[in-house]
Amino acid sequence: MLGIVGDSGSGKSVSMMSVLRLINDPNMQVEGEVIYKGRDLMKLDKDQMQEVRGGEIAMIFQDPMTSLNPVYKIGEQICEGILTHQDIDRRAARRRAVELLQQVGIPHAESRVDDFPHQFSGGMRQRAMIAMALANNPDVLIADEPTTALDVTIQAQIIELIDKLKDDFGSAVVLITHDLGVVADIADRIGVMYAGRVVEFGAKRDLFYDPQHPYTWGLLGSIPRLDRPKASRLHSIEGMPPSLISLPQGCKFRPRCPHAFEKCLEEPDLVSRVDKRDHLDRCWLDPATKRVARYKTIEGGQAA
Amino acid sequence: MSTNGTPLVEVDSVVKYFPIKKGWLSREVGRVHAVDDVTFAVNEGETLGLVGESGCGKSTLGRTIVRLLEPTSGDVKFRGRSIGKLGRRDLRPLRKEMQIVFQDPYASLNPRKRVGSIIAAPLQIHGVGDRGERRKQVQELLETVGLSPEHYNRFPHEFSGGQRQRIGVARALALRPKLIVADEPVSALDVSIQSQMLNLLDDLQGEFHLTYIFIAHDLGVVRHVSDRIAVMYLGKLVELSPAEELYDRPIMPYTEALLSAVPIPDPDLSDQRERIVLEGDVPSPINPPSGCRFHPRCRYMTEICVQVEPPLADYGNGHLAACHHPLNVDKETLERVKVSKLHTPAAADESAKPRDTSGESHPVVPES
Repeated sequence: MLGIVGDSGSGKSVSMMSVLRLINDPNMQVEGEVIYKGRDLMKLDKDQMQEVRGGEIAMIFQDPMTSLNPVYKIGEQICEGILTHQDIDRRAARRRAVELLQQVGIPHAESRVDDFPHQFSGGMRQRAMIAMALANNPDVLIADEPTTALDVTIQAQIIELIDKLKDDFGSAVVLITHDLGVVADIADRIGVMYAGRVVEFGAKRDLFYDPQHPYTWGLLGSIPRLDRPKASRLHSIEGMPPSLISLPQGCKFRPRCPHAFEKCLEEPDLVSRVDKRDHLDRCWLDPATKRVARYKTIEGGQAA
Repeated sequence: MSTNGTPLVEVDSVVKYFPIKKGWLSREVGRVHAVDDVTFAVNEGETLGLVGESGCGKSTLGRTIVRLLEPTSGDVKFRGRSIGKLGRRDLRPLRKEMQIVFQDPYASLNPRKRVGSIIAAPLQIHGVGDRGERRKQVQELLETVGLSPEHYNRFPHEFSGGQRQRIGVARALALRPKLIVADEPVSALDVSIQSQMLNLLDDLQGEFHLTYIFIAHDLGVVRHVSDRIAVMYLGKLVELSPAEELYDRPIMPYTEALLSAVPIPDPDLSDQRERIVLEGDVPSPINPPSGCRFHPRCRYMTEICVQVEPPLADYGNGHLAACHHPLNVDKETLERVKVSKLHTPAAADESAKPRDTSGESHPVVPES
């Protein structure tokens, strides 16, 4: 499971929606390639893409309140996806929909399948969204902030569910979130995004215990922690994320970074600067310097 | 805690029901039990955190305290003066003393008004100063909350979420209130901006001697800001405790579950700890469960929980909880527990005695 973390506006959702080619703005430009099972998704035609989207790669959207169609029954919305991708009749599709709702933990699925979205609570709607995404046994499941709109207790339920279904269905999961606590629980690898770029990428433990980018430190330090004594003051990253229309020169985090120096006017590449080859970051600072500097930010709770 | 013992706000068995009306005669067919018999007091200079899942009545309670809603029964006292039944005219001077910061910084600012006039509105309504003076005050306020006085003539859409919330705070501060009810002021913000906001609220409390009622569902945030914490479930106050004590020794199983559901940004710790995942959703407040309202989701549930509603009992040190199977309480305390209906902080202090904190974590049935 891959976790993607970052502030709003850092491009987490957009990058994932581009993977599925869900962005339909004529002014949009997408460059680069997305290789899925040896094929470049960016070069597929509409019909081929349609097959991949929802069939092999499925997405759970952020807001369960607005991403279900209020005028169709839950069951119909799940069946729609099944009928598009599988060659079965309506009755079989309906049976499958009930089965899916049971799998995601909706009680009395046989009757609830005929409910409209407004008859479901927030947590149940998110479960229905997950059922919909799983309808065609996708190989990749992209979950875009699946728990942001939910209470902590319901969030715990949904996270546990996604973790379990990942094993049941054997899918790879990309989990987009702004909550480092959520990815600490279930992700295997984590990418941190800032201003449209991945600034750090690595295995979960490396990222939490040996974070290389000052933005990652800032994120870790900003969270009020239940597992530690209460800090008198929270660390906070000064300022705001830059406007994506006029990005700063060089490292995009430079204007907010307390450790910036001349070299930061040049944008660093995303490469490994530590002894682990799969731990990548975009920061010019020397790893030894970082070890000293970050301690204060993450552990001290004081503004660096 | 910088308290001198006088409660600034007393919430006395406040009940707020919303009637559900149907048909052309608008007959009342049911009631939403939003807040059901809640009693507590907030001391001057204190921050009281109010937590619970959505729909548990915390916002309704917050709005009732500042009298944006009228309580169905019960009373709210501000500086000892009853305000539950005051009329509009009598309320007006009190409005100066208590203000509210709303949850959604996108919906709580009028998009067609300039920032200057949004913040000046409370000054204007209360006839503070003339135009020039108000302008000066607003510009000072903008600086106080970390914006620039040049933002005076801008519109809300020109600001980010965090900045808008700062505008909301400036508006609440304009009349120099004593009490600010902050209704989920940071839940719409990113973590990095959230910590800026929390630090700002902290600074302002010191500068203006504010008392906060801080409503939130994030227990991490609440712990950071609060002196005492009140936990609500389905309209009921189920636990009230000094902040650190609540985190060390939750008594009510619901609080325990809430705490264990908060994700910890540390993979090793996260793997180690036991997680209690509550089954199901919060039941409907139209038809709340009998007895203890939490019993359908509680893992310690027994027969008594279905039949008898547990009263809010005092476990010493100002730690109150409503539960038949209290956790983390030693036998001695259990026997001492007096079932009291009235629990002002003063009464709680009297019974405060040094306590054994060894804590048994298995449920013990109190002798009733």
